[in-house]
Formats: sequence, C-alpha cells, structure tokens
Amino acid sequence: MIAGISIYEILTVTSILFFIGVYGFITRKNLISILMSVELILNASVINFVVINKYLYPDMLQGVFFSIFIIAVAAAETALAIAIIINLYRQIASVEVKDTEIMKY
Amino acid sequence: MDITYTILIPLIPLAVFLLLGIFNKSIKPAVSGYIGVAGLSTSAALSFYTAYQYFFVHGKVDGVYKAIVEKTVWMNFTETLHIDIGVLIDPISIMMLIVVSIVSLMVHIYSRGYMKGDEGYTRFFSYLSLFSFSMYGLVLATNLFQIYIFWELVGVSSFLLIGYYYTKPSAVSAAKKAFIVTRFADLGFLVGILIIGYYTGTFDFETLNNPEGSAILNWASTSFMGLSVITWALLLMFIGGAGKSAMFPLHIWLPDAMEGPTPVSALIHAATMVVAGVYLVARLFPMFYFVEDGFALEVVAYVGAFSSLFAAIIAITQTDIKRVLAFSTMSQIGYMMLALGVSKYEGHDGLGYMASMFHLFTHAMFKALLFLGAGSVIHAVHSNYLKDMGGLRKYMPITNITFLIAALAIAGFPLTSGFFSKDEILVAAFENNKLLYFSGVLVAGLTAFYMFRLYFGIFWGKDTQYKHAPHESPISMTFPLMVLALISLFGGFIPFSKYVSADRVGFDVHLNYPLAAVAVSVGLIGIALAWIFYKKENDLASRFANSLGVFYKWTYDKFYLDEIYIFVTKNIIFNRIAAPIAWFDKKVVDATMEGIGNQTAVVSEKIKGMQSGKVQDYAFSFVAGIVILAIVFIYLWTN
Repeated sequence: MIAGISIYEILTVTSILFFIGVYGFITRKNLISILMSVELILNASVINFVVINKYLYPDMLQGVFFSIFIIAVAAAETALAIAIIINLYRQIASVEVKDTEIMKY
Repeated sequence: MDITYTILIPLIPLAVFLLLGIFNKSIKPAVSGYIGVAGLSTSAALSFYTAYQYFFVHGKVDGVYKAIVEKTVWMNFTETLHIDIGVLIDPISIMMLIVVSIVSLMVHIYSRGYMKGDEGYTRFFSYLSLFSFSMYGLVLATNLFQIYIFWELVGVSSFLLIGYYYTKPSAVSAAKKAFIVTRFADLGFLVGILIIGYYTGTFDFETLNNPEGSAILNWASTSFMGLSVITWALLLMFIGGAGKSAMFPLHIWLPDAMEGPTPVSALIHAATMVVAGVYLVARLFPMFYFVEDGFALEVVAYVGAFSSLFAAIIAITQTDIKRVLAFSTMSQIGYMMLALGVSKYEGHDGLGYMASMFHLFTHAMFKALLFLGAGSVIHAVHSNYLKDMGGLRKYMPITNITFLIAALAIAGFPLTSGFFSKDEILVAAFENNKLLYFSGVLVAGLTAFYMFRLYFGIFWGKDTQYKHAPHESPISMTFPLMVLALISLFGGFIPFSKYVSADRVGFDVHLNYPLAAVAVSVGLIGIALAWIFYKKENDLASRFANSLGVFYKWTYDKFYLDEIYIFVTKNIIFNRIAAPIAWFDKKVVDATMEGIGNQTAVVSEKIKGMQSGKVQDYAFSFVAGIVILAIVFIYLWTN
C-alpha cells in the first residue's frame, strides 16, 4: 500500500503499458522489437497481479507467487523465441517481419 | 440318434475348398484332383452312413420317420424369432444327400479326366468343392434363413463355374446372366421369408410345417388383395425356387449356363442346384398344401406343367447338344413341380410328392449321365454341335451304350429308373387333374423324341469324316458313366415310397398298368419317329421342319423370350425408367451438391489473400476483434 496512490492510478499505468506493448507488437518491423513488446504486455499483467493482491487481499500471497511464475515462463519463452529468431537469421540473414511471411496459402 | 457328425458332410468340402483355394498355385494339379475326390468321398461315405443309420438303425418312431434336428441359435431377434444354424435330417434331406453325394463324386472323378491339362485345374476343383459344401448346407438347412444363405452360396459357385473360362466373353456374359436372373428371383424368396418371419414369428421348418401348428392353422388371419399373406409369402418363395429351377419365365439363364465346363453342367445345371427349387417346395410342402387349400400349390403345378411342355418343344429344334439337354432338364424339373403340385398330404394320396422326389433322384442320375456322356463326346470331337457329329458308335462304344441307357431312362422305357418315376408322376396327375395329365403325357412323347433325335444324331446318322479319328475317353471318364448307367438302369427298383412320403409314414405303391401302357406307348412312338427321322441320314427331318415354316423358326429361336427380356430391360426399363432417374440423379441431386462445392471453392479462391503470412496482421485482427467485443459487452452491461 503506497500512501497517496490509489489502485486506479496504478491500474491506469499498467493499462497504458499493456497497450504500448500491443501497439508495439502490431507495428514494429523487427522481430526482436516484437519480442520486447510481448515482454511489455507480460510485465503489465505481472504488475496487475501484484497490485491487486496488495490492495484487495493484503493477507495473501497468491498474486505475488503467480507473478513469479509468469516471470519464469516469460524467461523461458524469450529464450525459445530468441533461439528461433537466431535460426531464422541463419537461414535468411534477416530478422525483419516482412521477410518471414512465406507461411501462407 | 446322435447326428452331430453330419455337420462334417458339408464341412469337409469347405475345408478342401479353402485348402485348394489358398494354395492354388503351389499344389500340383494331379494332387489337387486327388484331394478333391478324397474329400468328397469322405462326405459321400458319411452321407451313406447317415442314410443307413436313419432308415435302418433308427427307423420309424410311432410309425413315422421323425425329423432329427441338431441346431444352435445364431442370431436372436425376439423371444420366438431367431435364426438358427444346424442340421436337419429327414427322409428328403437324406435323399438329397445321397443324390448330391453320388453325382458330385462321379463328377469329381470325371473331371480328373475331362479337365486334364487345363490351366485352372486346381481352381476348378476348389470351386467344385465350394459348390458341394453349399449344396450340402442347403440340403441340411433347418430353417428358411439358413437355406437362403446356402441358396445364395450355390448361386455364387454356379456363377464362378459358368464363368470358369473367363477369357471367353460368352462365358462371362452367361455367368452374369445366370447370376442376375437368379438373384432377381431370390429377391422374391427373401421378401417371402421376411413375410413368413413377420406373420408366423418363426423361420424353423419343423415349426412351420406342423399341420397342427399355429403357422398353418392361422393362415386366414391376415389377408392381402384377396389372398392370405402366407399364400403371398409362399408364392414369393416359389418365385425364388422358380428362378433357381429354371421355371418359365425365369428359365432364360439355364441354356446359356451351358457355357461352363460340361462336368459343371452335369453337377449343377442338371442334377443338384437346379432341383433346389423343387426341394424348397417339398421342404415346405405342408405349408403349400394346407394354407388357403393349396392355392399356391396349384400355381406350382401349372407353372411346372407349362414349363415342361414349353421346354420340351424348344428342345426338339436345338442343335447344340448341351442346350438340348438344358431344355430337357428344364422340362423334367417342370415334371417334378407338376407332381408336387398335384400331390395331397396323407398316405397314398401323397403319391405326387413321393413321385416328385423319386423323379428328382432318378433324373439326377440319368441327366448327369447324359451330360457326362455329352461331355465325353465333346471331348472327342471338340464341338458342341450336332452337325459335327454322327456315326460315333464305332469310335466310342462305352459312351454309346451308357448314353443309350440314359436316353431310354429319360424316355421312360419299361424297367429303367425313369419309367417308374415318370409313371408315378403321371398316375398322380391322372388322379388329380386330367388337363395336367394330358400335358404330362404329351411331354413324355416329346421327351422320347428329342432324346432319340440327339442319340441318333450323335451316334448314328451320317458318317462324318473326322480330321482326327475320335477315340473313347479315358477310364476316369468312362467309370462314372458306367456307375451312373447302372443306377439309371436299376434305380427304379428302390422301394422309394416306403421311405419318402409327404406325411413321412410311407406307403406301398403299385404299377398302374393302363396308365403305364399309355406312357410307354407314347414314349415308343417318340422313339420310333426319331428312328425314322434321324437313324439314317435323310432329309425327312429338314423337309418336315420346312413344312412347319414359321413355327419351326419360332421354336428354334426359343420363342424369342431372350429378345423379349432384352426389349423389356433395355428399351423399357433402361430407357424409359432408369434413364430419367439417372438424369434426375446426375442433373439435380449431384448437381446441387457439386454446385455447393464449386461455389465454396470460388469464394475461398477470392478470400484466400486474407491469409497474408504476416503474424502482425493476425495479431491486429485478433486485437481488433477483442476491442469490438469489449465495446459490445460494455454497451450491453451499461444498459
């Protein structure tokens, strides 16, 4: 509980963070940037978990634990994504989104 | 009496069929012939043993030859209606076992000589075994459904054997014709079985045939178009029997079936399978007799009488010796149907029934003999046509003598087997229906005439000059001829009426001398006419044929029945009924479905560009969808 700051203000911040992530995911040209946008989305949701836990159920710890799970999963997912991107780079010498559109009809 | 072992009678040929069929290529022809003969000999020995046990050891119980049934439930429908499978031993099934065993064994032995050197030798024997299995199964069936199963099986083996020379187009089309015509008739049989099952609640022969049973006593309970439904069922089943037994107008497949190898014609299309229809009527005789005061039985009698006359007339003009025999078979089966049709149930009044079974037995022997003799002749001169034959008595003495015996037997010459059975049929007809009696006597005369036309044409007549001098067939072919000739000569002395009768009690039968004299003299007139026309080469016959003119032509072309069938099926059914239905199916039903499919393909071709392959486009669509949904839900909740 932070004095002078209500839950709404923090949720506003995380919402802004979330939509920045979504915007970045849709508009970035570079695969690494897209991955970073995904991290923003995940972080927004992690903050939400922690904040809601703290403000609504201060006696419990589920939200905190869940956020640690998400961070762990996000780390694994990032490692996997980077591995895929590196392999892609070895194949086509590029990490641009426009060069990876061969999987269509 | 324990009859469990009788199950082996059909199962041994089945085992032989599987053995020869599976190891078709790896068994040497000589070995496969022996396997076939050995298997059938075992079955035949068991059949004779069963006959001995049944008639002489077990004997009569309370003065009646009781049927012995051994069965197990195979398919259960309701409490009472179930399909059983098992064996039924009673006088007529024993008699059929003996007939099938003797003829099939003789044909197996004969085929070892006749088919020698043929490419499909092993295949031929495997088919023969399949047929023997099916025929034994048909004979031993305990209920309508079991008989129907084996009925179709004999149809299949007949199809396989007619089409045995499958490289010959005529054999293939004959096989198809036989199968389609009999299959068409079997539809009637199946519908009849289902009606019986629905209205009586049982398929079992013993239950159905019990004269005091509910199936017979309650025949009047439901009627349809003026007749009892049970009568309809019996008539439908008789259609099936008429198809198998080549009764008019379903006989058209039988002459064409002669495309098969001659031993097959002897076994299937003369002695065993074609009498299945007679056997079916005999099997259900109490039903035919008691239901609706024997209306269905009367139909059987008239159909049989007409078929026998019709076929006898056609047989006179045919020049292919096997076709003459085929029409003769049809004529004689018509005789058996006639005899069944005029029969009554009890004691001596059941003479027709007994005469029919007796004629079935004797006819199987002498007709198989005629076919095997014809096969021996064809083997020697390599032709089916009378014009290529003549004077063969000098070259083939055994075939000549045995053929003569068979011809005398079928013509009803005194003391041969055919004389006794034919006489009893005529007595039964005389006692019950004079019209049918006169048609029977006429047929007897015609039979004698065309048989001796055939005999003189083959063995006497003109002295044909042969390119290769014909010679007598090997012992494997003449031995069956001699055995069958002996049975044809002396088979008439078997006291048949003591063992086989409609009520299973048995009775004594005496020759009716006046009627026998009439039949014999008519037969002798026929023989004498044939003697005048065909013994020496002369042009009497052709002059006579010319004087008959158009009638001769009609008869020669079998009264254009095949052409009528072709006209009805091709012009009326195919063009008028089937073609419009096919049009509807193609242009409406199929077109609707194809249209839906084509439109889907067109639409998807147009919209496939939406799948860009860019992951961000998909993400955008996803987010946009979520946003729209969120807006919608928020709007709904706040109102």
